[in-house]
Amino acid sequence: MDILKEMSECLQQGDDEKVSALTKRAIEEKIPPKKILESGLIGGMNIIGEKYKAHEIFLPQVLLAAKAMYAGMDLLKPMFIKEGMPTLGKVVIGSVQGDLHDIGKNLVGIMLKGAGFEVIDLGNNVPPERFVETAKEEDAAVIGMSALLTTTMPAMQRTVDLLKEEGLEGRIKTIIGGAPVSKEFAQKIGANAYGYDSTNAVESVKKLVIGL
Amino acid sequence: MREIIEIPANDIKPCREDVLKIQGIPPGKKPPEKVQTLFTKAMDLSLMFSQPRGIISDISIPEFEAVYHGEGLNEKRTPLDEIFTKADDLALFAVTLGERVTKKIDQLFGANEFALGNMLDSVASVGTDKVADSVENRFFNQFLKKGKINSSTGISRFSPGYCGWHMSGQKKLFDFLHPEKIGITLLDSFLMKPLKSISGVIVVGEKEIHDFEDSYPFCSECRSHSCRDRIKALFGESGPNSKKGAM
Repeated sequence: MDILKEMSECLQQGDDEKVSALTKRAIEEKIPPKKILESGLIGGMNIIGEKYKAHEIFLPQVLLAAKAMYAGMDLLKPMFIKEGMPTLGKVVIGSVQGDLHDIGKNLVGIMLKGAGFEVIDLGNNVPPERFVETAKEEDAAVIGMSALLTTTMPAMQRTVDLLKEEGLEGRIKTIIGGAPVSKEFAQKIGANAYGYDSTNAVESVKKLVIGL
Repeated sequence: MREIIEIPANDIKPCREDVLKIQGIPPGKKPPEKVQTLFTKAMDLSLMFSQPRGIISDISIPEFEAVYHGEGLNEKRTPLDEIFTKADDLALFAVTLGERVTKKIDQLFGANEFALGNMLDSVASVGTDKVADSVENRFFNQFLKKGKINSSTGISRFSPGYCGWHMSGQKKLFDFLHPEKIGITLLDSFLMKPLKSISGVIVVGEKEIHDFEDSYPFCSECRSHSCRDRIKALFGESGPNSKKGAM
């Protein structure tokens, strides 16, 4: 079997040790790192994403696959030092000011990386200024904000407003998500997109960045 | 009466179906072997890292009225508005699994153990509910021992942030109950720390006072509608109109 196809299948099985071994072998066989990344790792994660969307597999299986993908990516990283890791774009994510809930935001970050985005995770309790400053510094395409409390949702609005004040709303897009957040709320505060769950968030970010 | 309750981690073992439901696996569906292994590992970690504790205090109806109206931000009409004034007894409570389990979840995510970290998070969430159940049962049993309970008595609980009770209600609840005594602190956003904590009011009274329809304006934004299961459990399979069967 083609080594990249085997890598993709092992990734889909969530077998991080095999993915790691196959990545090493692919590097030794001088397969271009970009091809290993795109066909073996991201290719595998894309299939996982489709299966999850079609309810063929469950979230724990997606996360096991993500761990396997990270195992392969860790080996590839040093090979991209000069030109940087190929990416669909940079996304700054975080839980908004006053909110310490991490899980949903973490899942979105994992899925975004799996889809080929570079993710800058600011953690939780992130003030609007930090979202905007980081996005500017990193030349990010999207800011993704998560809130699990109705009391912290206004911080999303403050971030969107700050982007507007700085004249960046066209350059840096925003997506919001979390249990109390809705599509209507996203529209009301002027966010560019709403992610119902982690897979939906990735699809929305893809639309924002590359129009897919 | 104010009481601090230490609960053995073994007593609050979450039900597998409840945990897997949070993971998106529907009841009755057999998960793959790898997922079952994750669940077992997460249960072991939860036993190792959870420190379940609770605090409970009686509160009179007028005292609760002041706590409940909090900062004046509740929805105009809520189920609890119509329930607590008819209660036989009320108690404020707060429970937690402690900080160690949250740190373990963070550590697992940091080590790329996403699936196990996420499974432990679900186990801990269900576990925290079990701690609240345990405190609720203890409160109910006290009344049972005193002979104050009969077959028409029911119990339910509500928390700030749900069913129209605004999150800011936490402030007055904390002022009255002092959950700091069991290590729970309240942030400016009214979020409790440790994250795996629940607070609220326990209501004891005639079963029919606990029944309500999920047709309040805010119910349309609720993703769980768990009130339906709670009310169903209170009245048994035959529904609210039966008014039969002990708790």
